[in-house]
Amino acid sequence: MELQPYLLLSAITFVIGVVGVLSRRNAIIVFMSIELMLNSVNLSLVAFSAFLGDVTGQMLVFFAMTVAAAEAAIGLAIIISMFRNKQTVNIDDINILKW
Amino acid sequence: MVDQALLSLAKFLPEITLAITFCLALLVGVIFRSRPRLSMWVALLGVVVSIALTIREMGITESVFSGMIAVDPFATFFKLIVGSSAIFIFLFSLYSAEVLSTMKRLVEYSSLLVAMTLGMYLMVGATNLLMMVLSIELTGLSSYVLAGYTKEASDSSEASLKYIIYGALSTGLMLYGISILFGLTGGAMDIYAINRALVTSPVNPIALLVASLLIIAGLGYKISAVPFHFWTPDVYEGAPITITAFLSVASKAAGFAMLIRFFKIAFIDSSAVGLPAGIWITLQGFEWNKIIAILSVLTMTLGNLVAVWQNNLKRLLAYSSIAHAGYMLMGLAILSDKGIAAVLIYFVVYMFMNLGAFYVVMLVSNKTGSEDIDSYKGLGFRSPFIGVSMVIFFISLAGLPPTAGFIGKLFIFASLLDAKWIWLAVVGAINSVISLYYYVRVVRNMFLRDPDENSGPLKFSVPEIVLLLLLVVPTLLFGLYYSPIVDFANASARMLGVH
Repeated sequence: MELQPYLLLSAITFVIGVVGVLSRRNAIIVFMSIELMLNSVNLSLVAFSAFLGDVTGQMLVFFAMTVAAAEAAIGLAIIISMFRNKQTVNIDDINILKW
Repeated sequence: MVDQALLSLAKFLPEITLAITFCLALLVGVIFRSRPRLSMWVALLGVVVSIALTIREMGITESVFSGMIAVDPFATFFKLIVGSSAIFIFLFSLYSAEVLSTMKRLVEYSSLLVAMTLGMYLMVGATNLLMMVLSIELTGLSSYVLAGYTKEASDSSEASLKYIIYGALSTGLMLYGISILFGLTGGAMDIYAINRALVTSPVNPIALLVASLLIIAGLGYKISAVPFHFWTPDVYEGAPITITAFLSVASKAAGFAMLIRFFKIAFIDSSAVGLPAGIWITLQGFEWNKIIAILSVLTMTLGNLVAVWQNNLKRLLAYSSIAHAGYMLMGLAILSDKGIAAVLIYFVVYMFMNLGAFYVVMLVSNKTGSEDIDSYKGLGFRSPFIGVSMVIFFISLAGLPPTAGFIGKLFIFASLLDAKWIWLAVVGAINSVISLYYYVRVVRNMFLRDPDENSGPLKFSVPEIVLLLLLVVPTLLFGLYYSPIVDFANASARMLGVH
Protein backbone atom coordinates (compact mmCIF):
# COMPACT_ATOMS: atom_id res chain seq x y z
CA MET A 1 0.00 0.00 0.00
CA GLU A 2 1.21 3.46 -0.91
CA LEU A 3 1.39 5.68 2.21
CA GLN A 4 2.55 9.03 0.82
CA PRO A 5 -0.62 10.19 -1.00
CA TYR A 6 -2.74 9.72 2.10
CA LEU A 7 -0.29 11.58 4.32
CA LEU A 8 -0.02 14.36 1.77
CA LEU A 9 -3.80 14.72 1.61
CA SER A 10 -3.97 14.69 5.38
CA ALA A 11 -1.27 17.37 5.65
CA ILE A 12 -3.04 19.57 3.08
CA THR A 13 -6.39 19.25 4.85
CA PHE A 14 -4.71 20.00 8.16
CA VAL A 15 -3.09 23.17 6.83
CA ILE A 16 -6.39 24.30 5.31
CA GLY A 17 -7.98 23.78 8.72
CA VAL A 18 -5.30 25.76 10.56
CA VAL A 19 -5.45 28.61 8.06
CA GLY A 20 -9.22 28.61 8.39
CA VAL A 21 -9.07 28.89 12.16
CA LEU A 22 -6.56 31.71 12.01
CA SER A 23 -8.09 33.75 9.21
CA ARG A 24 -11.88 33.26 9.27
CA ARG A 25 -13.93 35.73 11.30
CA ASN A 26 -17.15 33.81 11.68
CA ALA A 27 -17.10 31.67 14.83
CA ILE A 28 -19.09 28.87 13.20
CA ILE A 29 -16.70 28.65 10.27
CA VAL A 30 -13.83 28.60 12.76
CA PHE A 31 -15.39 25.54 14.34
CA MET A 32 -15.85 23.93 10.95
CA SER A 33 -12.14 24.48 10.30
CA ILE A 34 -11.32 22.81 13.59
CA GLU A 35 -13.39 19.80 12.53
CA LEU A 36 -11.39 19.75 9.32
CA MET A 37 -8.14 19.62 11.34
CA LEU A 38 -9.42 16.74 13.44
CA ASN A 39 -10.57 14.87 10.35
CA SER A 40 -7.14 15.22 8.78
CA VAL A 41 -5.73 13.65 11.94
CA ASN A 42 -8.16 10.78 11.52
CA LEU A 43 -7.11 10.29 7.93
CA SER A 44 -3.43 10.11 8.78
CA LEU A 45 -4.08 7.75 11.70
CA VAL A 46 -6.13 5.42 9.53
CA ALA A 47 -3.50 5.52 6.81
CA PHE A 48 -0.69 4.66 9.24
CA SER A 49 -2.81 2.00 10.84
CA ALA A 50 -3.63 0.32 7.53
CA PHE A 51 0.00 0.63 6.41
CA LEU A 52 1.35 -0.93 9.61
CA GLY A 53 -1.45 -3.49 9.85
CA ASP A 54 -2.10 -2.37 13.43
CA VAL A 55 -5.60 -1.54 14.64
CA THR A 56 -4.67 0.69 17.60
CA GLY A 57 -4.55 3.71 15.29
CA GLN A 58 -8.12 3.07 14.19
CA MET A 59 -9.16 2.81 17.80
CA LEU A 60 -7.71 6.27 18.43
CA VAL A 61 -9.75 7.53 15.48
CA PHE A 62 -12.99 6.50 17.18
CA PHE A 63 -12.01 8.44 20.26
CA ALA A 64 -10.92 11.44 18.20
CA MET A 65 -14.35 11.47 16.53
CA THR A 66 -16.09 11.40 19.91
CA VAL A 67 -13.91 14.22 21.16
CA ALA A 68 -14.64 16.24 18.04
CA ALA A 69 -18.37 15.75 18.53
CA ALA A 70 -18.22 16.79 22.19
CA GLU A 71 -16.15 19.83 21.33
CA ALA A 72 -18.58 20.87 18.60
CA ALA A 73 -21.56 20.47 20.92
CA ILE A 74 -20.03 22.61 23.64
CA GLY A 75 -18.64 25.08 21.12
CA LEU A 76 -22.04 25.66 19.54
CA ALA A 77 -23.66 26.06 22.96
CA ILE A 78 -21.08 28.70 23.84
CA ILE A 79 -21.61 30.47 20.51
CA ILE A 80 -25.35 30.61 21.24
CA SER A 81 -24.77 32.10 24.67
CA MET A 82 -22.39 34.63 23.10
CA PHE A 83 -24.99 35.45 20.44
CA ARG A 84 -27.63 36.14 23.08
CA ASN A 85 -25.37 38.71 24.67
CA LYS A 86 -23.96 40.42 21.61
CA GLN A 87 -26.22 39.51 18.64
CA THR A 88 -23.18 38.55 16.58
CA VAL A 89 -20.97 35.57 15.83
CA ASN A 90 -18.21 37.63 14.27
CA ILE A 91 -14.96 37.20 16.17
CA ASP A 92 -13.83 40.77 15.43
CA ASP A 93 -16.85 42.14 17.29
CA ILE A 94 -16.12 40.00 20.33
CA ASN A 95 -13.52 42.26 21.85
CA ILE A 96 -14.27 43.39 25.38
CA LEU A 97 -11.17 41.62 26.61
CA LYS A 98 -7.89 42.69 25.10
CA TRP A 99 -4.30 43.27 26.09
CA MET B 1 -7.48 -9.74 31.38
CA VAL B 2 -10.61 -9.37 33.52
CA ASP B 3 -8.65 -10.26 36.66
CA GLN B 4 -6.07 -7.66 35.82
CA ALA B 5 -8.72 -4.99 35.30
CA LEU B 6 -10.29 -5.86 38.65
CA LEU B 7 -6.91 -5.61 40.35
CA SER B 8 -6.36 -2.25 38.67
CA LEU B 9 -9.65 -0.97 40.05
CA ALA B 10 -8.25 -1.23 43.56
CA LYS B 11 -5.50 1.25 42.59
CA PHE B 12 -7.98 3.52 40.89
CA LEU B 13 -10.14 4.40 43.90
CA PRO B 14 -9.57 8.21 43.98
CA GLU B 15 -10.72 8.51 40.37
CA ILE B 16 -13.67 6.18 40.94
CA THR B 17 -14.71 8.29 43.93
CA LEU B 18 -14.64 11.43 41.81
CA ALA B 19 -16.65 9.79 39.04
CA ILE B 20 -19.28 8.69 41.56
CA THR B 21 -19.26 12.13 43.18
CA PHE B 22 -19.92 13.71 39.80
CA CYS B 23 -23.06 11.60 39.33
CA LEU B 24 -24.14 12.05 42.96
CA ALA B 25 -23.79 15.81 42.83
CA LEU B 26 -26.04 15.91 39.74
CA LEU B 27 -28.53 13.50 41.29
CA VAL B 28 -28.71 15.40 44.57
CA GLY B 29 -29.27 18.56 42.57
CA VAL B 30 -32.22 17.00 40.76
CA ILE B 31 -33.80 15.52 43.88
CA PHE B 32 -33.34 18.50 46.20
CA ARG B 33 -34.16 21.18 43.68
CA SER B 34 -34.84 23.83 46.29
CA ARG B 35 -31.47 23.42 48.02
CA PRO B 36 -28.75 23.80 45.39
CA ARG B 37 -26.04 24.27 48.02
CA LEU B 38 -26.43 20.64 49.01
CA SER B 39 -24.78 19.40 45.82
CA MET B 40 -21.81 21.63 46.49
CA TRP B 41 -21.32 20.00 49.87
CA VAL B 42 -21.62 16.56 48.27
CA ALA B 43 -18.97 17.54 45.73
CA LEU B 44 -16.69 18.90 48.43
CA LEU B 45 -17.07 15.72 50.47
CA GLY B 46 -16.28 13.61 47.41
CA VAL B 47 -13.06 15.50 46.74
CA VAL B 48 -12.03 15.16 50.39
CA VAL B 49 -12.58 11.38 50.21
CA SER B 50 -10.60 11.16 46.98
CA ILE B 51 -7.69 12.97 48.66
CA ALA B 52 -7.81 10.56 51.59
CA LEU B 53 -7.71 7.63 49.15
CA THR B 54 -4.83 9.27 47.29
CA ILE B 55 -2.86 9.56 50.52
CA ARG B 56 -3.32 5.81 50.99
CA GLU B 57 -1.70 5.27 47.59
CA MET B 58 1.48 7.08 48.59
CA GLY B 59 4.61 5.11 47.83
CA ILE B 60 2.94 2.69 45.42
CA THR B 61 4.56 2.46 42.00
CA GLU B 62 2.43 0.50 39.61
CA SER B 63 0.95 0.59 36.15
CA VAL B 64 -2.79 0.03 35.94
CA PHE B 65 -5.26 -0.81 33.15
CA SER B 66 -2.68 -2.46 30.86
CA GLY B 67 -0.31 0.48 30.83
CA MET B 68 -2.89 3.23 30.43
CA ILE B 69 -2.25 4.99 33.73
CA ALA B 70 0.65 5.07 36.17
CA VAL B 71 0.07 5.17 39.90
CA ASP B 72 3.42 6.40 41.21
CA PRO B 73 4.72 8.97 43.71
CA PHE B 74 4.90 11.61 40.97
CA ALA B 75 1.22 11.20 40.09
CA THR B 76 0.20 11.02 43.74
CA PHE B 77 1.98 14.29 44.44
CA PHE B 78 0.16 16.11 41.66
CA LYS B 79 -3.17 14.53 42.63
CA LEU B 80 -2.71 15.99 46.09
CA ILE B 81 -1.98 19.43 44.62
CA VAL B 82 -5.00 19.26 42.31
CA GLY B 83 -7.27 17.84 45.00
CA SER B 84 -6.34 20.36 47.66
CA SER B 85 -6.73 23.29 45.29
CA ALA B 86 -10.16 21.89 44.35
CA ILE B 87 -11.11 21.95 48.03
CA PHE B 88 -9.94 25.54 48.36
CA ILE B 89 -11.95 26.47 45.27
CA PHE B 90 -15.10 24.90 46.72
CA LEU B 91 -14.58 26.86 49.92
CA PHE B 92 -13.98 30.08 47.95
CA SER B 93 -17.18 29.44 46.00
CA LEU B 94 -19.19 29.38 49.21
CA TYR B 95 -18.32 33.06 49.68
CA SER B 96 -18.13 34.23 46.07
CA ALA B 97 -20.82 36.76 45.22
CA GLU B 98 -20.34 35.96 41.54
CA VAL B 99 -21.05 32.25 41.92
CA LEU B 100 -23.86 32.68 44.42
CA SER B 101 -25.64 35.18 42.17
CA THR B 102 -26.55 32.25 39.94
CA MET B 103 -27.85 29.97 42.66
CA LYS B 104 -30.04 27.95 40.29
CA ARG B 105 -27.06 26.65 38.34
CA LEU B 106 -24.95 25.80 41.38
CA VAL B 107 -25.52 22.10 40.71
CA GLU B 108 -23.86 22.31 37.31
CA TYR B 109 -21.06 24.38 38.75
CA SER B 110 -20.16 21.87 41.44
CA SER B 111 -20.52 18.79 39.28
CA LEU B 112 -18.43 20.29 36.49
CA LEU B 113 -15.73 21.24 38.98
CA VAL B 114 -15.62 17.60 40.07
CA ALA B 115 -15.42 16.48 36.43
CA MET B 116 -12.54 18.86 35.87
CA THR B 117 -10.75 17.53 38.93
CA LEU B 118 -11.26 13.98 37.66
CA GLY B 119 -9.79 14.98 34.29
CA MET B 120 -6.71 16.36 36.02
CA TYR B 121 -6.30 13.25 38.18
CA LEU B 122 -6.21 11.25 34.95
CA MET B 123 -3.88 13.71 33.24
CA VAL B 124 -1.18 13.41 35.88
CA GLY B 125 -1.01 9.64 35.57
CA ALA B 126 -1.57 9.12 31.85
CA THR B 127 1.13 6.99 30.21
CA ASN B 128 -0.62 6.30 26.94
CA LEU B 129 -1.21 8.75 24.11
CA LEU B 130 -4.91 7.86 23.99
CA MET B 131 -5.32 8.42 27.73
CA MET B 132 -3.42 11.71 27.45
CA VAL B 133 -5.75 13.04 24.77
CA LEU B 134 -8.91 11.91 26.55
CA SER B 135 -7.92 13.30 29.94
CA ILE B 136 -6.90 16.65 28.44
CA GLU B 137 -10.28 16.77 26.76
CA LEU B 138 -12.18 15.90 29.92
CA THR B 139 -10.42 18.71 31.75
CA GLY B 140 -10.78 21.08 28.82
CA LEU B 141 -14.46 20.50 28.07
CA SER B 142 -15.49 21.04 31.68
CA SER B 143 -13.35 24.15 31.99
CA TYR B 144 -14.73 25.71 28.77
CA VAL B 145 -18.21 25.52 30.25
CA LEU B 146 -17.11 26.75 33.67
CA ALA B 147 -15.25 29.73 32.20
CA GLY B 148 -18.58 30.88 30.77
CA TYR B 149 -20.53 29.99 33.88
CA THR B 150 -21.93 33.48 34.51
CA LYS B 151 -23.36 33.47 31.00
CA GLU B 152 -25.41 36.66 31.49
CA ALA B 153 -22.18 38.63 31.65
CA SER B 154 -20.85 39.12 28.14
CA ASP B 155 -17.21 39.10 29.20
CA SER B 156 -17.68 35.65 30.71
CA SER B 157 -19.16 34.16 27.55
CA GLU B 158 -16.50 35.89 25.50
CA ALA B 159 -13.83 34.29 27.70
CA SER B 160 -15.43 30.93 27.23
CA LEU B 161 -15.64 31.30 23.44
CA LYS B 162 -11.99 32.31 23.19
CA TYR B 163 -11.03 29.47 25.49
CA ILE B 164 -12.75 26.81 23.42
CA ILE B 165 -11.40 28.12 20.11
CA TYR B 166 -7.81 28.12 21.34
CA GLY B 167 -8.41 24.86 23.19
CA ALA B 168 -9.84 23.07 20.19
CA LEU B 169 -7.05 24.42 17.97
CA SER B 170 -4.36 23.16 20.31
CA THR B 171 -6.06 19.77 20.66
CA GLY B 172 -6.07 19.54 16.90
CA LEU B 173 -2.35 20.39 16.73
CA MET B 174 -1.53 17.90 19.46
CA LEU B 175 -3.54 15.11 17.85
CA TYR B 176 -1.78 15.70 14.55
CA GLY B 177 1.55 15.49 16.36
CA ILE B 178 0.43 12.27 17.97
CA SER B 179 -0.57 10.80 14.63
CA ILE B 180 2.88 11.58 13.21
CA LEU B 181 4.58 10.10 16.26
CA PHE B 182 2.36 7.05 15.98
CA GLY B 183 3.49 6.51 12.40
CA LEU B 184 7.16 7.21 13.15
CA THR B 185 7.38 4.72 15.97
CA GLY B 186 5.59 2.01 14.00
CA GLY B 187 2.31 2.04 15.87
CA ALA B 188 3.35 2.70 19.47
CA MET B 189 0.79 4.35 21.76
CA ASP B 190 2.33 3.62 25.11
CA ILE B 191 4.96 6.22 25.99
CA TYR B 192 7.40 3.52 27.16
CA ALA B 193 6.94 1.73 23.84
CA ILE B 194 7.55 5.03 22.03
CA ASN B 195 10.80 5.44 23.93
CA ARG B 196 11.92 1.88 23.12
CA ALA B 197 11.08 2.40 19.45
CA LEU B 198 12.96 5.71 19.29
CA VAL B 199 16.03 4.34 21.06
CA THR B 200 16.32 1.12 19.06
CA SER B 201 15.61 2.51 15.60
CA PRO B 202 16.42 6.21 15.12
CA VAL B 203 13.84 8.03 13.02
CA ASN B 204 13.88 11.04 10.71
CA PRO B 205 14.88 13.88 13.08
CA ILE B 206 12.87 16.53 11.24
CA ALA B 207 9.67 14.51 11.48
CA LEU B 208 10.33 13.82 15.15
CA LEU B 209 10.93 17.53 15.75
CA VAL B 210 7.68 18.46 14.00
CA ALA B 211 5.72 15.87 15.94
CA SER B 212 7.13 16.95 19.28
CA LEU B 213 6.62 20.65 18.51
CA LEU B 214 2.97 19.93 17.75
CA ILE B 215 2.62 18.01 21.00
CA ILE B 216 4.35 20.84 22.88
CA ALA B 217 1.76 23.17 21.35
CA GLY B 218 -1.01 21.10 22.93
CA LEU B 219 0.63 20.84 26.33
CA GLY B 220 2.04 24.37 26.21
CA TYR B 221 -1.49 25.65 25.83
CA LYS B 222 -2.47 23.91 29.06
CA ILE B 223 0.41 25.44 31.02
CA SER B 224 0.02 28.75 29.10
CA ALA B 225 3.58 28.85 27.81
CA VAL B 226 4.39 31.55 25.25
CA PRO B 227 3.59 31.43 22.28
CA PHE B 228 0.50 29.36 23.15
CA HIS B 229 -0.66 31.74 25.88
CA PHE B 230 -3.05 34.00 23.95
CA TRP B 231 -6.12 32.64 25.67
CA THR B 232 -4.77 33.06 29.21
CA PRO B 233 -5.28 36.78 29.96
CA ASP B 234 -8.71 36.92 28.32
CA VAL B 235 -10.01 33.79 29.98
CA TYR B 236 -8.55 34.67 33.37
CA GLU B 237 -10.13 38.10 33.21
CA GLY B 238 -13.54 37.02 31.94
CA ALA B 239 -14.11 33.81 33.90
CA PRO B 240 -15.51 33.84 37.46
CA ILE B 241 -12.62 34.40 39.90
CA THR B 242 -12.97 31.01 41.52
CA ILE B 243 -12.56 29.31 38.15
CA THR B 244 -9.66 31.57 37.24
CA ALA B 245 -7.90 30.57 40.45
CA PHE B 246 -8.52 26.89 39.75
CA LEU B 247 -7.26 27.17 36.18
CA SER B 248 -4.16 29.03 37.25
CA VAL B 249 -3.13 26.40 39.79
CA ALA B 250 -4.66 22.99 39.16
CA SER B 251 -4.90 23.08 35.39
CA LYS B 252 -1.32 24.29 35.17
CA ALA B 253 -0.14 21.61 37.59
CA ALA B 254 -1.84 18.86 35.59
CA GLY B 255 -0.40 20.22 32.35
CA PHE B 256 3.07 20.32 33.86
CA ALA B 257 2.76 16.79 35.22
CA MET B 258 1.84 15.51 31.79
CA LEU B 259 4.56 17.52 30.03
CA ILE B 260 7.25 16.35 32.44
CA ARG B 261 6.17 12.72 32.33
CA PHE B 262 5.83 12.62 28.56
CA PHE B 263 9.18 14.24 27.81
CA LYS B 264 11.07 12.51 30.58
CA ILE B 265 9.89 9.07 29.54
CA ALA B 266 9.40 9.25 25.78
CA PHE B 267 12.36 11.38 24.72
CA ILE B 268 15.31 10.35 26.85
CA ASP B 269 18.07 7.99 25.88
CA SER B 270 17.19 5.14 28.20
CA SER B 271 20.00 2.96 26.82
CA ALA B 272 22.70 5.32 28.15
CA VAL B 273 24.81 3.78 30.90
CA GLY B 274 27.19 5.19 33.46
CA LEU B 275 25.23 8.35 34.23
CA PRO B 276 25.21 9.72 37.75
CA ALA B 277 22.00 8.97 39.65
CA GLY B 278 19.16 11.34 38.91
CA ILE B 279 20.63 12.64 35.63
CA TRP B 280 19.27 11.66 32.22
CA ILE B 281 20.20 12.65 28.69
CA THR B 282 18.24 13.51 25.58
CA LEU B 283 17.81 11.21 22.61
CA GLN B 284 20.65 11.20 20.12
CA GLY B 285 20.16 14.04 17.64
CA PHE B 286 17.10 15.48 19.34
CA GLU B 287 17.89 17.94 22.13
CA TRP B 288 14.38 18.78 23.19
CA ASN B 289 15.56 20.41 26.40
CA LYS B 290 16.89 23.32 24.32
CA ILE B 291 13.34 23.85 23.02
CA ILE B 292 12.04 23.84 26.58
CA ALA B 293 14.71 26.33 27.68
CA ILE B 294 13.80 28.72 24.84
CA LEU B 295 10.10 28.40 25.68
CA SER B 296 10.89 29.11 29.29
CA VAL B 297 12.81 32.31 28.48
CA LEU B 298 10.04 33.53 26.15
CA THR B 299 7.34 32.66 28.65
CA MET B 300 8.77 34.42 31.66
CA THR B 301 9.99 37.47 29.78
CA LEU B 302 6.73 38.11 27.97
CA GLY B 303 4.64 37.36 31.05
CA ASN B 304 6.58 39.79 33.20
CA LEU B 305 6.93 42.57 30.63
CA VAL B 306 3.26 42.64 29.68
CA ALA B 307 2.13 42.40 33.31
CA VAL B 308 3.75 45.78 33.93
CA TRP B 309 1.09 47.52 31.81
CA GLN B 310 -1.98 45.91 33.32
CA ASN B 311 -4.61 47.80 35.27
CA ASN B 312 -6.99 44.95 35.99
CA LEU B 313 -5.68 42.84 38.85
CA LYS B 314 -7.06 39.56 37.47
CA ARG B 315 -5.32 40.24 34.18
CA LEU B 316 -2.13 41.18 35.99
CA LEU B 317 -2.24 37.89 37.89
CA ALA B 318 -2.86 36.10 34.58
CA TYR B 319 0.39 37.46 33.15
CA SER B 320 2.15 36.77 36.41
CA SER B 321 0.99 33.16 36.23
CA ILE B 322 2.38 32.96 32.69
CA ALA B 323 5.70 34.18 34.07
CA HIS B 324 5.60 31.56 36.83
CA ALA B 325 5.09 28.84 34.22
CA GLY B 326 8.30 30.12 32.67
CA TYR B 327 10.22 29.76 35.93
CA MET B 328 8.96 26.23 36.35
CA LEU B 329 9.87 25.24 32.79
CA MET B 330 13.51 25.99 33.67
CA GLY B 331 13.41 23.05 36.05
CA LEU B 332 12.56 20.64 33.23
CA ALA B 333 15.24 21.93 30.85
CA ILE B 334 18.13 20.80 33.05
CA LEU B 335 17.33 17.08 32.77
CA SER B 336 17.82 16.00 36.34
CA ASP B 337 15.67 14.67 39.13
CA LYS B 338 16.80 17.63 41.18
CA GLY B 339 15.26 19.98 38.64
CA ILE B 340 12.00 18.01 38.70
CA ALA B 341 11.98 18.10 42.51
CA ALA B 342 12.49 21.88 42.36
CA VAL B 343 9.44 22.18 40.09
CA LEU B 344 7.41 20.10 42.56
CA ILE B 345 8.50 22.32 45.47
CA TYR B 346 7.57 25.35 43.41
CA PHE B 347 4.09 23.94 42.82
CA VAL B 348 3.34 23.50 46.52
CA VAL B 349 4.39 27.07 47.16
CA TYR B 350 2.68 28.41 44.06
CA MET B 351 -0.59 26.79 45.09
CA PHE B 352 -0.76 28.66 48.39
CA MET B 353 0.41 32.06 47.17
CA ASN B 354 -1.52 32.16 43.93
CA LEU B 355 -4.78 30.87 45.39
CA GLY B 356 -4.29 33.41 48.19
CA ALA B 357 -3.82 36.32 45.81
CA PHE B 358 -6.92 35.34 43.83
CA TYR B 359 -8.88 34.90 47.04
CA VAL B 360 -8.08 38.44 48.14
CA VAL B 361 -9.10 39.72 44.71
CA MET B 362 -12.38 37.83 45.11
CA LEU B 363 -13.06 39.20 48.61
CA VAL B 364 -12.41 42.76 47.49
CA SER B 365 -14.48 42.44 44.34
CA ASN B 366 -17.34 40.98 46.42
CA LYS B 367 -17.46 44.28 48.27
CA THR B 368 -16.42 46.83 45.67
CA GLY B 369 -17.53 45.05 42.50
CA SER B 370 -14.30 45.98 40.78
CA GLU B 371 -10.96 44.36 40.01
CA ASP B 372 -9.22 47.54 38.90
CA ILE B 373 -5.96 48.37 40.60
CA ASP B 374 -7.38 51.84 41.25
CA SER B 375 -10.10 50.39 43.44
CA TYR B 376 -7.35 49.04 45.72
CA LYS B 377 -6.38 52.57 46.70
CA GLY B 378 -5.98 52.70 50.46
CA LEU B 379 -7.11 49.11 50.92
CA GLY B 380 -4.49 48.71 53.62
CA PHE B 381 -6.37 51.29 55.71
CA ARG B 382 -9.87 50.16 54.80
CA SER B 383 -9.11 46.61 55.86
CA PRO B 384 -5.63 46.16 57.34
CA PHE B 385 -5.74 42.36 57.56
CA ILE B 386 -6.71 41.91 53.91
CA GLY B 387 -4.09 44.47 52.90
CA VAL B 388 -1.30 42.80 54.85
CA SER B 389 -2.26 39.33 53.53
CA MET B 390 -2.13 40.63 49.96
CA VAL B 391 1.33 42.07 50.61
CA ILE B 392 2.49 38.70 51.91
CA PHE B 393 1.16 36.90 48.82
CA PHE B 394 2.77 39.46 46.52
CA ILE B 395 6.12 39.30 48.28
CA SER B 396 5.92 35.55 47.94
CA LEU B 397 4.98 35.74 44.25
CA ALA B 398 7.94 38.07 43.68
CA GLY B 399 10.14 35.49 45.41
CA LEU B 400 11.50 37.52 48.32
CA PRO B 401 12.35 36.11 51.75
CA PRO B 402 11.00 35.28 54.32
CA THR B 403 8.09 33.83 52.34
CA ALA B 404 7.58 30.48 50.67
CA GLY B 405 8.00 31.98 47.21
CA PHE B 406 11.66 32.57 47.98
CA ILE B 407 12.18 28.90 48.79
CA GLY B 408 10.51 27.88 45.54
CA LYS B 409 12.77 30.14 43.48
CA LEU B 410 15.83 29.23 45.52
CA PHE B 411 15.57 25.54 44.68
CA ILE B 412 14.94 26.21 40.98
CA PHE B 413 17.96 28.49 40.73
CA ALA B 414 20.14 26.17 42.82
CA SER B 415 19.43 23.25 40.51
CA LEU B 416 20.10 25.46 37.48
CA LEU B 417 23.49 26.53 38.81
CA ASP B 418 24.21 22.94 39.75
CA ALA B 419 23.66 21.88 36.15
CA LYS B 420 25.78 24.82 34.85
CA TRP B 421 22.91 26.58 33.10
CA ILE B 422 24.26 29.98 34.17
CA TRP B 423 22.72 32.06 31.36
CA LEU B 424 19.25 30.68 32.05
CA ALA B 425 19.61 31.43 35.76
CA VAL B 426 20.63 35.01 34.94
CA VAL B 427 17.59 35.48 32.69
CA GLY B 428 15.41 34.10 35.45
CA ALA B 429 16.91 36.44 38.03
CA ILE B 430 16.43 39.51 35.80
CA ASN B 431 12.83 38.46 35.32
CA SER B 432 12.27 38.22 39.06
CA VAL B 433 13.44 41.82 39.36
CA ILE B 434 11.02 42.98 36.65
CA SER B 435 8.19 41.17 38.41
CA LEU B 436 8.95 43.06 41.60
CA TYR B 437 7.98 46.28 39.84
CA TYR B 438 4.36 45.39 39.13
CA TYR B 439 3.77 43.63 42.43
CA VAL B 440 5.08 46.67 44.31
CA ARG B 441 2.85 48.92 42.22
CA VAL B 442 -0.23 47.22 43.67
CA VAL B 443 1.20 47.28 47.19
CA ARG B 444 1.92 51.01 46.82
CA ASN B 445 -1.69 51.57 45.80
CA MET B 446 -2.89 49.74 48.87
CA PHE B 447 -0.70 51.43 51.47
CA LEU B 448 0.71 54.71 50.18
CA ARG B 449 -2.45 56.14 48.62
CA ASP B 450 -5.41 57.47 50.56
CA PRO B 451 -8.74 55.77 49.99
CA ASP B 452 -11.51 57.66 48.17
CA GLU B 453 -13.56 60.01 50.34
CA ASN B 454 -16.78 58.05 50.42
CA SER B 455 -15.29 54.61 51.05
CA GLY B 456 -15.53 53.31 54.58
CA PRO B 457 -13.74 50.34 56.12
CA LEU B 458 -14.46 46.91 54.61
CA LYS B 459 -15.83 44.26 56.96
CA PHE B 460 -15.37 40.54 56.34
CA SER B 461 -17.04 37.63 58.09
CA VAL B 462 -15.14 35.28 60.40
CA PRO B 463 -15.16 32.22 58.07
CA GLU B 464 -13.78 34.36 55.26
CA ILE B 465 -10.91 35.47 57.49
CA VAL B 466 -10.24 31.91 58.67
CA LEU B 467 -10.05 30.72 55.08
CA LEU B 468 -7.61 33.51 54.31
CA LEU B 469 -5.49 32.48 57.29
CA LEU B 470 -5.37 28.93 55.90
CA LEU B 471 -3.51 30.39 52.92
CA VAL B 472 -1.45 33.10 54.62
CA VAL B 473 -0.01 30.85 57.31
CA PRO B 474 1.48 28.23 54.94
CA THR B 475 2.85 30.99 52.71
CA LEU B 476 4.81 32.35 55.66
CA LEU B 477 5.49 29.05 57.39
CA PHE B 478 7.00 27.28 54.38
CA GLY B 479 9.35 30.20 53.96
CA LEU B 480 10.95 29.39 57.30
CA TYR B 481 10.28 25.70 57.80
CA TYR B 482 10.59 24.13 54.38
CA SER B 483 12.27 20.77 54.96
CA PRO B 484 8.97 18.77 54.91
CA ILE B 485 8.00 19.94 51.44
CA VAL B 486 11.56 19.48 50.19
CA ASP B 487 11.65 15.91 51.45
CA PHE B 488 8.20 15.23 50.07
CA ALA B 489 9.13 16.65 46.66
CA ASN B 490 12.38 14.69 46.51
CA ALA B 491 10.50 11.50 47.28
CA SER B 492 7.86 12.34 44.69
CA ALA B 493 10.21 12.99 41.80
CA ARG B 494 10.30 9.24 41.15
CA MET B 495 8.31 8.07 38.17
CA LEU B 496 7.16 4.64 37.10
CA GLY B 497 9.74 2.91 34.93
CA VAL B 498 12.57 5.42 35.32
CA HIS B 499 15.55 4.62 37.50
